[in-house]
Amino acid sequence: MTASNTSAPLGERALPRYHAAPGVNPPLDSAAYKSSAFRAPKHPPVPMPQRLTEITGPLLGAERVAAADADLTAGHAGEPLGERIIVTGRVLDSDGRAVPDTLIEVWQANASGRYAHRVDNHPAPLDPNFDGAGRCMTDSLGRYRFVTIKPGAYPWRNHHNAWRPAHIHFSLFGRAFTQRLITQMYFPADPLFPLDPIFNSIPDEEARDRLIARFDIDQTVPDWALCYSWDIVLRGRSATVFEAGEDQ
Amino acid sequence: MTLGITPSQTVGPFLAIGLPWPDGPFVVPAGAPGAVVISGHVLDGAGAPVPDALVETWQADPDSRFDHPDDPRGAARPTVAGFRGFGRSATDAGGSYRICTLRPGPLPCPGGGSEAPHLDVSVFARGLLDRVVTRIYFPDEAQANAADPVLAAIADPARRSTLVAVADPDQPGAFRFDIHLQGDRETVFFDV
Repeated sequence: MTASNTSAPLGERALPRYHAAPGVNPPLDSAAYKSSAFRAPKHPPVPMPQRLTEITGPLLGAERVAAADADLTAGHAGEPLGERIIVTGRVLDSDGRAVPDTLIEVWQANASGRYAHRVDNHPAPLDPNFDGAGRCMTDSLGRYRFVTIKPGAYPWRNHHNAWRPAHIHFSLFGRAFTQRLITQMYFPADPLFPLDPIFNSIPDEEARDRLIARFDIDQTVPDWALCYSWDIVLRGRSATVFEAGEDQ
Repeated sequence: MTLGITPSQTVGPFLAIGLPWPDGPFVVPAGAPGAVVISGHVLDGAGAPVPDALVETWQADPDSRFDHPDDPRGAARPTVAGFRGFGRSATDAGGSYRICTLRPGPLPCPGGGSEAPHLDVSVFARGLLDRVVTRIYFPDEAQANAADPVLAAIADPARRSTLVAVADPDQPGAFRFDIHLQGDRETVFFDV
């Protein structure tokens, strides 16, 4: 270990600071979402300043992504059943900057609302031509594009007659630990929105609506697939200046 | 321009379809010089193991550096081949996770002082509408831990110990770090 690396003060060099997002994320304790009862922490989180570990993060993914991974309908003997769709958009930060070369991972139910997972016992058919997992890297402008099938709604046991609105799970890294995001994308005008405790766990209506993709006729491919556009916005950052070190 | 930030949603019960990587737990390849194993359980408020959680770690290398352009000291390639700073482990049916890594060095702080060697941790699970963030510190760094500003900011000193891994007396280089989402021994979580 080189002492110069560990003991040298950082001095007055700029360190980005990621904006807080008050009121955007759902509170962890959400009575309507039953699974949170024994899992959501009871203590309020302790504020943590953003230092070196928080303003950096894994910049990886390209080495584990093949071009075909962005097409969830490919890779099997036949095409999956259901409505083929394109899901595309940009990853930006809240200052409007593109987030390039960042890994996006997605997973979803099939057209019948069934996940290819052993604990999903919804009595709907599995599809031998659909696993429901995909990944891609954003390009230099932060753009991404998946080809998949529209997932079905499905029942769950949260409450009587509970159904999840159709959704695709998205996982993103951004460029810093602070920007890490796992969320869900929904489809426009779903009648289940007012009834879903997970969607409604986000208190702010405008923030909730940011999870809903937009039907996009311009990027719909004629005679082939409808397109839904969805931009993902991670926490933006401003450069701040470290206070001068005591030993300077 | 200010755009509205995309909110978090729970990772749900089916994360195993999309997120685990075969090499996820290996921050550094198994058998790399200095490799240590950090493992433990994710537990709910009833003390039951959480079999559908995802634990991710991010950390400096043993020389206290990050291979990242936003580190004002400059991006540094790790000196141990294959070290990537990032670990990802889904919990198994018994609620266990496992990370194979190198011990990070201490980090300089703005305004002087330093942070004790640590890993930042994200935990995702069904029932968590957003990730929870915690840190892993090392038990044989008592002096550095005592001077660490993040540990010092925890008002109740008794809770600080929830962030210090326990050395396995039978296995050199093995540490145990249980994550209690709730309950008497609730782990300290941070708002970052």
